[in-house]
Amino acid sequence: MVNNKLIDLINISKSYNGNVIIDDLNLYVRENEFLTFLGPSGCGKTTTLRMIGGFETPDQGKIIFDGKDITKLPPNERQLNTVFQKYALFTHMTIAENIAFGLKIKKKSKAYIDDKIKYALKLVNLEDYGNRMPDSLSGGQQQRIAIARAIVNEPKVLLLDEPLGALDLKLRQDMQYELIRLKNELGITFIYVTHDQEEALTMSDTIMVMNKGYIQQIGTPEKIYNEPENAFVADFIGESNIIGATMVRDRLVNILGANFPCVDEGFGENKPVDVVIRPEDIDLVAPEDGIITGRVTSLIFKGVHYEMDVMANGYEWLVHSTDLSPVGSEVGLKVDPFDIQIMKKPESDDEEAVVNNEQ
Amino acid sequence: MVKKIAGKLYVSLIILFLYAPILVLIVLSFNKSKSRNKWGGFTLEWYQSLFKNDDIMTALYTTLIIAFLSAIIATIIGTAASIGMNSMKKVPRTIMMGVTNIPMLNADIVTGISLMLLFVAVNYTLGFSSVLLAHITFNIPYVILSVMPRLKQTNKNTYEAALDLGASPMKAFFKVVFPDIMPGVISGFMLAFTMSLDDFIITHFTRGAGVNTLSTKIYAETRKGIKPEMYALSTLLFVSVLLLLVIINRRNDSISKKRSM
Repeated sequence: MVNNKLIDLINISKSYNGNVIIDDLNLYVRENEFLTFLGPSGCGKTTTLRMIGGFETPDQGKIIFDGKDITKLPPNERQLNTVFQKYALFTHMTIAENIAFGLKIKKKSKAYIDDKIKYALKLVNLEDYGNRMPDSLSGGQQQRIAIARAIVNEPKVLLLDEPLGALDLKLRQDMQYELIRLKNELGITFIYVTHDQEEALTMSDTIMVMNKGYIQQIGTPEKIYNEPENAFVADFIGESNIIGATMVRDRLVNILGANFPCVDEGFGENKPVDVVIRPEDIDLVAPEDGIITGRVTSLIFKGVHYEMDVMANGYEWLVHSTDLSPVGSEVGLKVDPFDIQIMKKPESDDEEAVVNNEQ
Repeated sequence: MVKKIAGKLYVSLIILFLYAPILVLIVLSFNKSKSRNKWGGFTLEWYQSLFKNDDIMTALYTTLIIAFLSAIIATIIGTAASIGMNSMKKVPRTIMMGVTNIPMLNADIVTGISLMLLFVAVNYTLGFSSVLLAHITFNIPYVILSVMPRLKQTNKNTYEAALDLGASPMKAFFKVVFPDIMPGVISGFMLAFTMSLDDFIITHFTRGAGVNTLSTKIYAETRKGIKPEMYALSTLLFVSVLLLLVIINRRNDSISKKRSM
């Protein structure tokens, strides 16, 4: 992707009552990108979104939108629209009036507004709902109206603040596909806030993982999942085994006393590192074929796979496998070299929340 | 079956006890005889003489003007105060709520006397304006009391959504927040209006020599002996309040019907 930078956040800091929410954040958003802010609650993701929307002002730093400094511009003068978590529809207006709200303020002609309402309702598959009141719609329908209300204004960027948080699982999955379709049809930039890693992985072009006001990692979903940069990202994105280990030399790592071949280089010799191994990347083999051996201590059927705990070399390994090994059986564990992700050990608290802005 | 009848009887008794005094009043207002326990035939004479009585008409006019003005002003101030308080942090808001609630719990006589003392202390001439000021003062808490819960219910994001869609803060407030809290504002206004109509004690202490509202007028008249005109006057007051309530209730019904459509 060689798209232009559309939004640029430069050295943004924000605190409430002395609590630092965002510390010196740098980030850019490209045109036509689906960018997701992912992190646990209180990590600063919503605050960052609200600063882009204009509902909060950063204590320090600048927000550049399309080449212009909009740091202090009020929300009503920004060319972006927000979809709020609790829909925020105007309950005393009909669906059509809700959608027309922004256009009426911009003094568009009636014909134009009617056209737009029709178009927007069609886009969100709620064609005959124009005359209904918001209260008579289900949560999923209300959320789609909130999206329609935002996009009729033809924003360059749509901000979505956990828009699917209040919906049930099935509806949430349907809406994820709906959002991807909308994004492709509209060809605009989406900035999406969520704490749900699966949602982020499904929809995003780029994911920014945040914790405690710091960016932990920015990258494509594949990169975030397969090559987490630190233990936090590895732990937050899916389940994983995170183990302290020693890098013996290039392409060989010693995990819990056993030498595993890997593909990483440049960490030095006999240096302490963290390794991440996804549970589905561990192969259960006959004890004599494994790099290490252990005993199955628990077994849970999860539908697609079995989830097993294997006690080996003093660590309880989490293993996902479609093959069953009963509790108490002895198994060998094997990991392909490219499935071992090596991470530098954080040397201080600051580095744990390392700011890394490589996109 | 027996239970049903007993239940209906019970309800009828309650309604009878509640409304019997007013019913007696209404019947007496049409009684030709001046006696309170003899029916002398139907008449509208008391109503006629009531409308010819300039003193009473002036008092009625003053009452309505004061009730209307004080309710309007208290509604504006109270609504603004509620909005301010709603965006406060929790502790200062609780303190402010307490402070605004105290005048409601305070005995009317204390409020009345202290207001009078204040007016006298600052050399403010007692009269129409002092009564109006006093009524505004005691009405504000009632408005806050009915607007606050409405404000707390409203989704904070709707205001932000309006801003987001391009509305100025002023426009966002009047187009989105105000319609949401409207029922609270109207009931606050009605409550204030009723409280003002109702008030005797505070008016009594803050009015000057020449100013009379209906309640102070009726009080002054009854000291000379109750005239049948007073029955007619009270009946009219009761009927107007009743009508007002019916109108408000029907309005609310039709709104909720429209919503559930």
